[in-house]
Amino acid sequence: MRMAQPSLFASLRWTVSELTRYLRQLLESDLMLQDVWVQGEISNLSRPSSGHLYFTLKDAGAALRCVIWRTEAHRLRMNLQDGLAVEVHGKVSLYEAGGQYQLYADQIRPVGEGALFQEFLRLKDLLEAEGLFAPERKRPIPSLPHRIGIVTSPSGAALRDMLQTLSRRMPLVEVILAPAPVQGAEAPAALIAALADLNRLAQPDVILLARGGGSIEDLWAFNDENLVRAVAASEAPVITGVGHETDFTLVDFAADLRAPTPTAAAELATPISRADLWAGLASLKSRLGTAMQTAVAARQRQIETLSARLGFVSPERRILSYRQQLDEMERRAVHATSQRLKLEQERLRGLERRLFTLNPLAVLARGYAVVQHTDGRLIRRVAQARPGETLRVRVSDGSFGVEVKPSTEE
Amino acid sequence: MANQKNSPIESLSYEEALAELEQIVRSLENGQETLEESIAAFERGQSLVQHCAALLEKAALRIRTLSGEDTLANEETEI
Repeated sequence: MRMAQPSLFASLRWTVSELTRYLRQLLESDLMLQDVWVQGEISNLSRPSSGHLYFTLKDAGAALRCVIWRTEAHRLRMNLQDGLAVEVHGKVSLYEAGGQYQLYADQIRPVGEGALFQEFLRLKDLLEAEGLFAPERKRPIPSLPHRIGIVTSPSGAALRDMLQTLSRRMPLVEVILAPAPVQGAEAPAALIAALADLNRLAQPDVILLARGGGSIEDLWAFNDENLVRAVAASEAPVITGVGHETDFTLVDFAADLRAPTPTAAAELATPISRADLWAGLASLKSRLGTAMQTAVAARQRQIETLSARLGFVSPERRILSYRQQLDEMERRAVHATSQRLKLEQERLRGLERRLFTLNPLAVLARGYAVVQHTDGRLIRRVAQARPGETLRVRVSDGSFGVEVKPSTEE
Repeated sequence: MANQKNSPIESLSYEEALAELEQIVRSLENGQETLEESIAAFERGQSLVQHCAALLEKAALRIRTLSGEDTLANEETEI
């Protein structure tokens, strides 16, 4: 589209829509207008049910229509109301149906915050360049601190939250409170003194520097350059818990650890809780019991093994074996003896039989007789017997006397 | 560690008691001691467990406040 020559006689070349679209494109092609902060006072604020916000930003000389879409409106960190002096960020464009140029806003902050933010960035760059925020400066937080220093307001909710958290998580610790105001002109110097006192007098294992939530002005003491330097120089490691999750202050960058809230700072200061200690103790207790049982069982096995080996090498076995040999020999001895006895008996009977057959008296049983003198001399020949002499005649069952008669020749 | 062996258990801090308990358990697990030694170690271990449990049981947060220039106030606050 070309720029038309202004001429009373020229025919109508543009429709309203065309011109309006052209103007909108003109506005949107200007980079400065697409990323702009505008300061003014809110008026005619309206919140229709659509969730979008409409208001007019004005100052003494002019007015600017502003829109905040619902999705952006949800993210606003402050409550808008008529009469409020604010700085609005957004892009300038044109609402074609209404023929109105307006600011499509995405961020709003109170007046003054912008200047503070500039100062914040300047200090942050300065201290960062000095290396105060360097990761290698960060010290580890002890896992089981004995003594925890707290720098905060003695009357704030932050202190109550931290003490409750510490008491719940790790009541074995000792807390040293160094009270100091956490906002106002005197706050930075008081906070610095409290940090120094803590380090010097109490030598805590870790220090919590904390404050509850508030506006950026309320938290401003924690952007103080000297306080940031004191935090970086603290002997004990420092955990900061200033404001809410979304708040970042310069002490957060200088701290050894940054917690989103005071409660979270107290949690980070006690990595090991009482519950963890209970669990660890229970585990040690069970290991102790198991180790002892194992030790006793091992010795029992040792005893059993030795006892078995002792049984194997015991003389009892040999004694039994000897005993058996003895029995065997006894048996053999008895056997041998009885055999011998039988033999002897046999022999005796044999002799007896032989004796019997040799017994001269046995002949008598067959009818023979023995004739003897009375003195026992045997009569073998006739000549030995004289007539008239008395002789003894022995027969099988006894003897009797006879008188010799004169012999008659046969 | 060795010089703690004979110190009365009541006077040990939680960390000291826990450290000695861990050492006892480890050496019992290694099983290098005589039976007599291991029984003594076991008994001391049991006492250490009880001591630690008692410390955990009755622990209450001690809070002191730095006040004035160079003093550490002795006031103790129960939460």
